[in-house]
Amino acid sequence: MTTTENPIQANVGRTRLRKEDARLVTGRTNFTDDIRLPGMVHMVVVRSPMAHAKVTNVDLTGALDMPGVVAAFSGADLADDAGGLPCAWPVTEDMVAPEHKALAIDEVAYVGDGVAVVLASTAAEAVDAAERVVVDYDPLPAVVDMKAAIADGADLAQSTLDTNVSYRWPLANGDIDAAFDGADVVVEREFVQQRLIPSAMEPRAVVAAPMGVSDELTVWSATQVPHFVRVFLAAVIGIDEQNLRVIAPDVGGGFGSKLDIYAEEILALVLAQKLGRPVKWTETRSEGFQATIHGRDQVQKISLAMDADGRFRGLKVDLLADMGAYMQLLTPGIPILGAFMYSGIYKMDAYDFSCRGVFTNKTPTDAYRGAGRPEATFAIERIVDEAAHELGVDPMELRKRNWIQHDEFPYEMIGTLTFDSGNYEAATARAIEMFDYDGRRAEQANRRDSGGTKQLGIGISTFTEMCGLAPSRVLGNLRYVAGGWEYAQVRMLFSGKVEVITGTSPHGQGHDTAWSQIAADALGVPFEDIIVRHGDTAVSHRGLDTYGSRSLVVGGAALAAACGKVVEKARRVAAHLLEADEDDVEFSDGAFRVVGSPETSMTMQEVSTATFVAHDLPDGMEPSLDSDASVDPDNFSYPHGTHLALVEVDTETGQVELLDYVSVDDVGNVVNPQIVEGQVHGGLAQGIAQALYEGAVYDQAGNLQTGSFVDYYVPGAPDFPTFRTDRTVTPATTNDLGVKGVGEAGTIASTPAIINGVIDAVRHLGVNEVLMPASPRNVWTAIQQAAASGSADSDDAQAAAAVQADDAGPDAAAADNAGQAQHAAGDTGTSTGGDA
Amino acid sequence: MIPASFDYVRAGSAEEAVAALVEHGDEAKVLAGGHSLIPMMRLRLAVPEVLVDITEAGLAGITDAGDHLVIGAATTHHDVATDKVIETHCGVLAHVAATIGDPQVRHRGTIGGGLAHGDSAGDLPAVLLALEGTMVVQGPGGRRTVPASEFFVDYLETAVAADELLVEVHVPKLDDSWGWDYQKFTRVAQAWATVGALALVSSNGTISDARVGLTHMGSVPIRASATEAALAGQSTDAIADAAARAADDTDPPSDLNADADFRRHLATVLSRRALEAAVG
Repeated sequence: MTTTENPIQANVGRTRLRKEDARLVTGRTNFTDDIRLPGMVHMVVVRSPMAHAKVTNVDLTGALDMPGVVAAFSGADLADDAGGLPCAWPVTEDMVAPEHKALAIDEVAYVGDGVAVVLASTAAEAVDAAERVVVDYDPLPAVVDMKAAIADGADLAQSTLDTNVSYRWPLANGDIDAAFDGADVVVEREFVQQRLIPSAMEPRAVVAAPMGVSDELTVWSATQVPHFVRVFLAAVIGIDEQNLRVIAPDVGGGFGSKLDIYAEEILALVLAQKLGRPVKWTETRSEGFQATIHGRDQVQKISLAMDADGRFRGLKVDLLADMGAYMQLLTPGIPILGAFMYSGIYKMDAYDFSCRGVFTNKTPTDAYRGAGRPEATFAIERIVDEAAHELGVDPMELRKRNWIQHDEFPYEMIGTLTFDSGNYEAATARAIEMFDYDGRRAEQANRRDSGGTKQLGIGISTFTEMCGLAPSRVLGNLRYVAGGWEYAQVRMLFSGKVEVITGTSPHGQGHDTAWSQIAADALGVPFEDIIVRHGDTAVSHRGLDTYGSRSLVVGGAALAAACGKVVEKARRVAAHLLEADEDDVEFSDGAFRVVGSPETSMTMQEVSTATFVAHDLPDGMEPSLDSDASVDPDNFSYPHGTHLALVEVDTETGQVELLDYVSVDDVGNVVNPQIVEGQVHGGLAQGIAQALYEGAVYDQAGNLQTGSFVDYYVPGAPDFPTFRTDRTVTPATTNDLGVKGVGEAGTIASTPAIINGVIDAVRHLGVNEVLMPASPRNVWTAIQQAAASGSADSDDAQAAAAVQADDAGPDAAAADNAGQAQHAAGDTGTSTGGDA
Repeated sequence: MIPASFDYVRAGSAEEAVAALVEHGDEAKVLAGGHSLIPMMRLRLAVPEVLVDITEAGLAGITDAGDHLVIGAATTHHDVATDKVIETHCGVLAHVAATIGDPQVRHRGTIGGGLAHGDSAGDLPAVLLALEGTMVVQGPGGRRTVPASEFFVDYLETAVAADELLVEVHVPKLDDSWGWDYQKFTRVAQAWATVGALALVSSNGTISDARVGLTHMGSVPIRASATEAALAGQSTDAIADAAARAADDTDPPSDLNADADFRRHLATVLSRRALEAAVG
């Protein structure tokens, strides 16, 4: 590891096996579906099989006659009880959005939209009865494609609106006209971010029960955001906030899909109130495909203006973002998070961004691992490769000419953020060394010369992102309704053992372990003496939960601050008991010592016990060491890294095989290297999955054709090589721990690395774009199309590709591709030069 | 994902199973490994009233019968893939069985279930066709033998009648003149084959017998007969031209992974590669 600072302490900076894993992997814990309460009834949601239709009648009588059925309701039945689903990010003042009731009443707007619920004594009875609900639909035109949706006279995805465009959100900095007018070369592309299905291991589930004290209601939910759920459920249903307790027990993954307030949470709570009985709902995997939020689904038009020497002048981005049928919690804001990231790690003079949010009759989109930043990173890293090809320079060299130098930090970048720290040179140098970049280029050239059907490509991604959501002031300026602070509390027990309370809500990340490491070092107590509690609003009453790689950056910093307060209180007690001046008492290795007489000391545990019994405390001191802290950062954090992929493309079949993957990430200081490495591995798998495997497909009627894992390909361990990962360490300067966040880095970086590699492998065949996922069909089609357009004198596409490979040297291929790039730019009239 | 309610019969023998099938007719389905049936029931695409469980009907096991091997229908893919007798005498079958699904699937799923389901996207039909194996089917009137070439009747339909049970699979022993390879083309490791090509070739420089089974190239599993005919009596140099005819007269399905044209293209490439590997 290349290290500029190495803060390894007794615990922090070292691998500790995860405390939580024994219970998670053996199942000896409660997930929400494990919760069973006396008198509990099971809820099933009847869903629309139509993408868009008027609901003309809902007949529940057949269901009500079935064995075990307790009740059944239509949307109209609950119109006055169940409020609408909240959207917490109305990105513009004039954003339009349809009402989003927990059950549709008059109109369904996507396949999976709920129209009725059935409650029965057992889940099986509820499923049987739900089949007897008869719903009459009057079909309406389905709006599936975003470009069609924004055309004049387009059918409406929501008949209560007069447009499919929800909002237009701009961001501009610098003189964009000057940047493009004076450019020698302009490269323009349109990239498609396909729709993705988050596929967390644990399906969603909720149990709502009228239990606890007086009027209290308790909700267990498989959620990333119990504190959000409490605030919003109380608000939309009209429950006094103090009477609602929300518990996220152990949760099996989310990737953003559980960063939401869902209809089923509202319904379970409303019906538990109505029936006076606990109500449980557990998602089937089929429902998860349809009725849990999807990710991505954007069309990105991007153009990059350069000088002849490759210096970047300006960047334009025109984005269409598919909202789906409704706004969920953060739906409109996801592309906005990306808006700040399109310039990547590069310097330029001007930037112009505009995004339109578009309604379609598909499942709503929302945050999915990376949330806006993967899309932006893909676009910039892809177009930099295309620019390098057009200029005839190595893609790594073009990056080096334009990236922010390590001695230029803090750097106010064109996207209006201030990058506090980074060292792109160091991470890249390490990655190149590990990957043997020059050796691989030589290997690639040899394969080219051999003319075989297995061609090599090298994919590059030099990325950064923004983590640690985030400064509340900035979020307020972006019209986000919540803040970005985080909370921690330290409770010192009689015996000197410790309870740590965190407002973050882990669902697989390992907070129990990492938070224990931080507290152990800060308080000088053993790692094993600490328990970390989270995810229950009655225990952790303040918090803003876990998403956006924020937990350690913000929540860890809050824990460090709370521990600091404990130490200061304990120092005062120790000084009093040691009969020394407070300024003369040092704290290290868990003991308070008097300067100059180190044998005069007390351990933290002794101080804790003395404080608890409170027989002899300083005058006026409260008998408690317990402390808490709320921390609100003044900037985001900015992880970065360099990822290199070696891919092999079978030019006869379009099959892509990933042969090697090297990642060097700089996530700042590290609390637990093994947890970080695990996050990188999982993130890489998820980002590579977007590049090669996953993609939600709808037919023209709005039916989800990839409605199960048979058709939606989530890769597994056999589909990947062993990732080779390393880190550089450039600490963040915006939090006391110097950490940057690692939950999304691998996902953000890897997608463009893979696609750049695929195109690099077949660029000599005339290919400069491949649709994601780069399935055999998509890659083979791209090769065929390139062959057909590049060699009109042959009607045998495969032979044409081979001929081109044999006869066209690198220069000829480059000229051919430059022509295509020029052609693409010329189509839109924005090209000002190129090498034409 | 909860199946509709059903009755359950655990058969202690093939005879008991057949008796249950006779009694319940079309309302009954045979349960072996359940890896196709149970998901369809959970999605309520299949709603049988009675399940006849044959996993304890004494139908698992592998026997050396002289010139051929007898494999009980309830033998799991894992056991087929790892059995020493099969590996020694019919390695191609063990190899194909090892490509099915993932280890969990292979420990539950059975050779009889995989064949009786009749899915042309499954891996077993292509190898049974190429091996020219035979199926033994038991009904109320006793046992009958069905050649693999007559076993797959239509989409998800086999020669096994509603009151019959597939009880044994017979495959020939292969001598050293035979070479083989299976080219299974998938999106991810555990996925069904987009297309597969199974080559089984007897050759001593000159090809005396070449058989090519195709996976997922039609509503029923098929052999690439034009390719096979073009290779008989030829040298291995004929493989490339012969393989180019692998998709002749096929009517493959179109889906998200491949339209019919891409499937035909893949069939020719994969057949060539399988044949070259088989003689290599």
